[in-house]
Amino acid sequence: MNLRSWQQNNKSTPLAGYNFGFMDDSAKKEVRRSLLKAVAIPGYQVPFSSPEMPIARGWGTGGMQITLSLVLPQDTLKVIDQGCDDSVNAVNIKKFVAKVAAVTSTTDTHRATVIQTRHRIPEEPMTGEQMLVLQVPYPEALRDVEPSELETRRMHAEGDYARMWLHLYEDIVRYGEISISYRYPVTVNDRYIMDPSPIPRWDVPKLHMSETLYLFGAGREKRIYAIPPYTSVIPLEFEDHKFRVEKFPNPCQRCGSTNSYLDEIINDVDGSRQYFCSDTGYCDKRCT
Amino acid sequence: MEPLLKARNLSKIFGSGCQHCIAATGSEAETNVCPHCNSVVACNDVNFDLFPNEVLGIVGESGSGKSTLIKLTHFEWETTSGELNLHRSALPDGLGELLADTVDQYTRNLFALSQFQQRQIRNALMGIVYQNPYLGLRMNISSGGNIAERLLGAGWRHIGKMRERASELLEKTEIPISRMDEPPKNFSGGMQQRVQIAKALSNNPLLLLLDEVTTGLDLSVQARVLDLIRNIQSEFQLSMLVVSHDLGVINLLCNRTMVMKHGRVVESGLTDQILQDPQHRYSQLLVASQL
Amino acid sequence: MLSIENLNKTFNIQILNNIQVHGCSNVSFKVDSGQFFALAGSSGKGKSTVLKCIYRTYLPGSGHIWYDSANYGRIDLACAPERILLDIRSREMGYVSQFLNVIPRVSAIDLVMEPIIVRNGVSHANARERACNLLEKLHIPHELFNAYPATFSGGEQQRINIARAIGWKPRLLLLDEPTASLDAKSINQVLNLLSELRGQGTTMVGIFHDQEIMNKTASQTYTL
Repeated sequence: MNLRSWQQNNKSTPLAGYNFGFMDDSAKKEVRRSLLKAVAIPGYQVPFSSPEMPIARGWGTGGMQITLSLVLPQDTLKVIDQGCDDSVNAVNIKKFVAKVAAVTSTTDTHRATVIQTRHRIPEEPMTGEQMLVLQVPYPEALRDVEPSELETRRMHAEGDYARMWLHLYEDIVRYGEISISYRYPVTVNDRYIMDPSPIPRWDVPKLHMSETLYLFGAGREKRIYAIPPYTSVIPLEFEDHKFRVEKFPNPCQRCGSTNSYLDEIINDVDGSRQYFCSDTGYCDKRCT
Repeated sequence: MEPLLKARNLSKIFGSGCQHCIAATGSEAETNVCPHCNSVVACNDVNFDLFPNEVLGIVGESGSGKSTLIKLTHFEWETTSGELNLHRSALPDGLGELLADTVDQYTRNLFALSQFQQRQIRNALMGIVYQNPYLGLRMNISSGGNIAERLLGAGWRHIGKMRERASELLEKTEIPISRMDEPPKNFSGGMQQRVQIAKALSNNPLLLLLDEVTTGLDLSVQARVLDLIRNIQSEFQLSMLVVSHDLGVINLLCNRTMVMKHGRVVESGLTDQILQDPQHRYSQLLVASQL
Repeated sequence: MLSIENLNKTFNIQILNNIQVHGCSNVSFKVDSGQFFALAGSSGKGKSTVLKCIYRTYLPGSGHIWYDSANYGRIDLACAPERILLDIRSREMGYVSQFLNVIPRVSAIDLVMEPIIVRNGVSHANARERACNLLEKLHIPHELFNAYPATFSGGEQQRINIARAIGWKPRLLLLDEPTASLDAKSINQVLNLLSELRGQGTTMVGIFHDQEIMNKTASQTYTL
């Protein structure tokens, strides 16, 4: 069912006085056009106008605009924050989208058609029928080495990435390894260096040759970018210092998983360290 | 033997420019500022050939346009007009294809290339050493890293091999390898200059641009840097463009010399001829003022 | 091998109100291959000027300097392109000045070896042997071989200068009062070396401060 036929059957929009999906059609159109360009040039940051949302910039407005521009009434939405379905921010975004676009919501990765996320990629493998929308605080991977936007755009245009590599070289000289734990820079489609949003290293390999479409939205910074399905995404690494994901000494203390990203929690009472799956939906599923 | 590099009619004007700019400036007019429109004619109609393994000197006082020439050749500033052609045999494989649209032995005008292509040529063929080490080095990044940056730009992705190359070059430039991971800001002026030279040599350039490299250094430090440059020239077999206001430096390093004044080349010739039989009034003044 | 036709040179000193300083006028002579050709004439006639014009340290004012180059054939050094001149200088034509133009911080042996390596393309070891030989013939003490000539006596410096200029066996050698600062014993050593070099085929054009030495050495003389 497309939006037009849905509108013919439904006299009013889900939230009276507002357009379907809250945003005006023209605003949605602009976001979709930016998304098309982003998909056509994998890893390239497309500027967009990023109009005001009913939440503050920096709280997920980029991801929200992408989600609102794409959802249809039959979609099933999952929203997570650092892997958790129940955080205040995730719950409120989910409620808001349900209210303005009448979508069903879920915590089951497998059942969701659209997943909006902050700082994690679900553990359960996703398919080509699904989309992952990532909220991005800092879209510019080169920002740490170059403060000027004019200059970083030139560097991207010319593929002039020596300074980014130098940054990693210095890291290795100083610490013996690359010390970046999240926002690990990747090369997309052998061309652009891209910030994958603050996902842990654990999630970076999931981007490579994935079946799923990944969309990135930075509302405050007004940038949209994308990784289309089956695109090469290679973390920056040296021949003698390879990229590595995190290792966990213990399995999840709740579900026993040894193959998921774990949060370390310190017990307030006895000070002991405990490890639990960061992806709560995944953990719940394994426990039932 | 054919020139490695041919420069023709190099001009650089800062400002709006007008029809009088060229006629109203130069050594006759004794100014490089156009009295009609206040544009600065930094250099005008400069021509030179640089041959393989040759050291060409450019001498003149501050503001004569000699550093402008270096900046134009290094693609740092856009030229107002002029052509720069490189002998095709000097081009590395990838770039040969990039510029494979002429039947001539020389590339088309390098000033007309995109910045991307110019940077590729610069990365592959050129090295530069500035008077001010702050221009050539990242002062907060390790010396080894400064050298590695050039290699990374050229596609090196092996830390061990890059560090090997960096140690080799630091040894050559007499920097203790134990200080490889220290940033140049910890070093003396002479050492910074030698790190700059090591960085400039990292990609095995065919063309080394030296812009007043010994100016501001103590005499004994100056001497060591000059010795190093002389050794490099005989060992690496590269061409150099040496800019200096110091005739002693020019005499020591260069076979041929151009004398610049107010943005124009007023005289060019064999270095010993310029020093012993200068023709132009300004060259005579320069030689007569030598300490 | 060398033919000078109507060579004139005047220095125009612009910074001193364009005063004209005489260099040489209407000089014409021919030097055949294998000669030791001497330029004679009183001081101020321009003997050195002629030599420097041939070497192009001075820009000739008018006239021709025809030279039969091994690489370029007959060529006018008065107007040959700088590149060709540099090439002839490095492969064919040497110049011995009155004083050593010291290159700072280069040892005596390296000074003599450098042109042998660069211009004759021989190995390092070979060049060292030839250089040692020369310095021995010129009676330079062994302990000075690896020292910097800046600290040497005038006579020692000049012998290093000569060794540097002749070690690579140029085809044409220009000598500007090479023995002026030497004592009688050293002069003889130098003259012996020069005649040895001439025997190996080097043509020479020279100026001598001493009439007697000139008469003894030169095969032909031209008076300015």
